Amino acid sequence: METLACLKRVPDTGAKIVLTDDNQEIDTSNLGFTMSPHEECAVEEAIQVAEDTDGAATALTLGTEESTEQLRTALAMRAADAVLLETDGDEWGPSETAGAIADYVAGREEGFDLLLFGNESADAANHQVGIRVANELGLPCVTGIKTLEVDGDTVVAKREVSGGEEVYELPTPAVVGVKEGLNEPRYPSMRSKMQARKQTIEQHGVEKSGVDDLQKVRLEAPEESEGAAEILGEGPEAADEIVALLGEELEVL
Amino acid sequence: MVLALVEHEAGTPEETSLEMLTLARDVAAGTGSSVETVAFEDGAAGLADDLDAYGVSDHHVVEHDRLGGYAPEAWAESVSQLADELTPDAILAPGSDRGHEVLAHVAARRDLPMAANCTDVTVGEEYELTRLRWGGSLIEEATLGGETKLLTAAEHEVSAEPVAEPTDAEIHRFSPTLDDADFRVTVDRYEESDEEGVPLGEARIVVGGGRGVGGPEDYDQLEELAELLGGTVGASRAAVNEGWRPHSDQVGQTGAKISPKLYIACGISGAVQHMVGCKGADNILAVNTDPEAAIIQKAEYAVIGDLHEVVPALNEAIRNAKS
Repeated sequence: METLACLKRVPDTGAKIVLTDDNQEIDTSNLGFTMSPHEECAVEEAIQVAEDTDGAATALTLGTEESTEQLRTALAMRAADAVLLETDGDEWGPSETAGAIADYVAGREEGFDLLLFGNESADAANHQVGIRVANELGLPCVTGIKTLEVDGDTVVAKREVSGGEEVYELPTPAVVGVKEGLNEPRYPSMRSKMQARKQTIEQHGVEKSGVDDLQKVRLEAPEESEGAAEILGEGPEAADEIVALLGEELEVL
Repeated sequence: MVLALVEHEAGTPEETSLEMLTLARDVAAGTGSSVETVAFEDGAAGLADDLDAYGVSDHHVVEHDRLGGYAPEAWAESVSQLADELTPDAILAPGSDRGHEVLAHVAARRDLPMAANCTDVTVGEEYELTRLRWGGSLIEEATLGGETKLLTAAEHEVSAEPVAEPTDAEIHRFSPTLDDADFRVTVDRYEESDEEGVPLGEARIVVGGGRGVGGPEDYDQLEELAELLGGTVGASRAAVNEGWRPHSDQVGQTGAKISPKLYIACGISGAVQHMVGCKGADNILAVNTDPEAAIIQKAEYAVIGDLHEVVPALNEAIRNAKS
């Protein structure tokens, strides 16, 4: 089975997110980059499915030349191929991004049987690129998936709901949006990282076909709640204070 | 007019749909119009009474032979056909798995932009809106265009507020024209979880454990506390990455979003990625050795101390109080 995992390069933020002075982006002067967590699982799943079905996994991203760093991580994880849809650095909205990915997939000689996306990217979280790609390609699609199995030409996908899971069965080729928890992404070995550095990344320049109608104006850090907590006490002696809080004030006992 | 997709459980609206309706009312006020709702599945007509309290003028119940359970494309096609008929200024959905999925399909079908996880909207030629990025760790101000504005309401951000004077929503039946392609993806079956206890997202009390717990065995104390309080155990991403707890216990940006009456955060530093998962909690009680930890700034109550001492003492005190 030929599998595709689409991923996005995002800042590897620490415990607190710092913005640039113009409030346009995250200040990355002291940060590294990573791929979105949901997408790391998409890459791992694409590789596992390909391995189990004697196929090959391809990792794809849309972004600048710098995004090859995340594609090389995917290669080090043992994706067979990597594709960069190279932009000039402008921020791309979800419709434009989906259009470019769909065009690439449609124009490719060999099709994909399973196209995996992160349910939403860590940074923009637009919740729609995979669905738009599926619609452009006319493929069935399900999102919010945390369990995935391939059974012949059928993808069995499960979504967590209250008290259990909904099970979907999709004929391949299919598009699936996945969430962290789907699998445990592997840590590439030093040797595979070295090998990944030498691999060729397929590159195609892409240009926006129009203006995305969802435009960022500015970013802001959410307001921190004012003041500190009421300190009930220190150490195990505080137990009675907690019980009083639980019983009398919060009425949860 | 604003069209809003309402999710419900056998005729009882989901809280997140009521939150979304509260936001939809703001949008409708901005356009000088009313909120109309659309719902699927058994019990959809019975929603009308609950919707009256949220100022809904008209309620559309989608009916089709093949529409039994959830089918994202069939739902999207139905909403899209209803939009052809009603020509709404905006279509809103809750920021849930289904809400995002259906509205994104509508967006793709109608070639319209969509804004996910909005918390505030100002109506104009383009809508000026506030939406969540990074799971709520960052706020984005954005503009949204398109002939029909499509947006989802972030969960647990806008509180659900009924109107002063309830309406008397008129119920309409809507029969879409659907074909096989719309039913390619449907819920084939439902598998009940064999896990015991209350799911994290619905728990009234959550006892969370982070890196400070130190290992999988020490969650026993937290389990006991949760059991004494009728709650559920959660974990930070750090603890899940250590392999101490399953991912299904994870609270945070890429895990569960919880909204309990009380969240007891034990040995959790309070990184922003964790806090966006628990900001729906009415109250947070932090148990932490470090009085400078970020969680102390964000919690309502705190105990400075080692959870390995505090939690067993608390369990004992609760048992005594109960007997």
